[in-house]
Amino acid sequence: MLKPIFYEQVMKRILFIGTAITVFILFFIILYILKNGLPVVDLEFLLSSPKDFGRAGGIFPCIVGTIVLTLVAIIIATPLGVGTAIYLREYTREGRLTSIIRFGTECLAGIPSIIFGLFGFVLFVVYLGFGWSILSGGLTMTFMILPTIIRTSEEAIKSVPASYREVSLSLGATKWQTIIKVVLPSALPGIVTGIILGVARSIEETAVVIFTAGSVLRIPTSLFDSCRTMSVHFYILAREGISMENAYGTAAILIITILLINMFAYWLMHRLMAKYS
Amino acid sequence: MEDKIVVKGLNLCFDTHHVLKSIDLNIRANEILSIIGPANSGKTSFLRTLNRLNDIISTVKITGEILLDGIDIYKKDILLPWLRRKVGMVFALPVPLPRSIFENIVYGPRLNGVTSKAKLEELVEKTLKAAFLWDEVKDRLHLSGTKLSGGQQQRLCIARALALEPEVILLDEPCSGLDPLSTSRIEEALYELKKQYTIVLVTNNTKQAARVGDNVAFFLMGEMIEYGSTEQIFTVPHDKRTEDYITGRFG
Repeated sequence: MLKPIFYEQVMKRILFIGTAITVFILFFIILYILKNGLPVVDLEFLLSSPKDFGRAGGIFPCIVGTIVLTLVAIIIATPLGVGTAIYLREYTREGRLTSIIRFGTECLAGIPSIIFGLFGFVLFVVYLGFGWSILSGGLTMTFMILPTIIRTSEEAIKSVPASYREVSLSLGATKWQTIIKVVLPSALPGIVTGIILGVARSIEETAVVIFTAGSVLRIPTSLFDSCRTMSVHFYILAREGISMENAYGTAAILIITILLINMFAYWLMHRLMAKYS
Repeated sequence: MEDKIVVKGLNLCFDTHHVLKSIDLNIRANEILSIIGPANSGKTSFLRTLNRLNDIISTVKITGEILLDGIDIYKKDILLPWLRRKVGMVFALPVPLPRSIFENIVYGPRLNGVTSKAKLEELVEKTLKAAFLWDEVKDRLHLSGTKLSGGQQQRLCIARALALEPEVILLDEPCSGLDPLSTSRIEEALYELKKQYTIVLVTNNTKQAARVGDNVAFFLMGEMIEYGSTEQIFTVPHDKRTEDYITGRFG
């Protein structure tokens, strides 16, 4: 039998070691990529087109491709996802239907991205004839990030106190006015978190993009143009042994982008929370 | 005095749970009716039938009639926002919405289409004065309503209900979480308010009912046992159960 105090100390150490290992791995990966990637990164690298399949030149078209593809996915997925969450939480009673819908979203979240890619390829690229394009990629990506947005929005809406809704209704608001003026503002920080997670997922995705948006190395000029995102560029540079230096450079930009988005999200969330509490 | 609200044969069920059993009750204009009774006697459910707030619970079944100025409020073509503006409500726990004092009060009027800034400012000042809160908050109307103390929050909620310019005010144990000083402030406000409004006050505190009510209704297990003037109920109750309750033998 161990002495309680000794036991406490041991548990504390074990938990500390676990945390330390996690943090160490995280920093190791980030530092390793930045160390290998940052030397090739300069303004030229960011703002010029690749030459010789990416052996030289920059990654500007990939940056544009990443931004546009993510934007398309988010613009479609946000109203769909938040709308579904509102419907599930505010307009239905817990029952068979809601549990089926919820089970469906959960399954959708668990499907490997390459299967989404294949589905998007069959539906958008081939059947609907959109070809390898930003539109096909964006729509497929929408399906992939929808579950995340629905789940986080649902949780956020659920955590808005029921008394807020009663107060709003008792003050002569309709149900929809209550949702718009009271429920959504209070749920906003959670909803924004869900959207940011969706953004991050579409930035880092490769399989879906290769299948549905292709990998053409040009600056896209319409929604029906094919494009290459940074993740795909990195994959092709590394996989086909074109240029390890430029692959690391792309990876470094990718990591910095995700970092900036997270920082922006936290900043936005604190601002919104300060405004609505 | 004329009857503001007439309740006839009101029954209310949640699923199979029979909460209110054939209630008949007349509420006169410009009086304070206090409803007393032990927990689970249906007081709050009754109050919430008067502004149809029970409607948000999908298992509810209501039969009987409630007439407000002769209009059946359960008729199909009644618009709920219209009804709830006529019949304002203050809840047991003060719930300021997460926005400023000013915005809390103008929430209802804005929904009703009042946009003039001057009119809104006038409403805020008038209602805060009526709720005896103006002097305490007049310099910080843009502070969040959630930052006020409990008693101030409840008076803010009263002011917010008044801003609807209602005719009836429902109060659901408005002082249950408040200290004696805040309670007496709210009672003072109620006393002034009944000159203009009809007030229905649900309270767990029989002394409060004796202090502020004109008439008293005693509820027990979903039935209205006795109704009478405050004086009569607290001096010569007709029903044994009423007497037992107000003398503290049960409940």
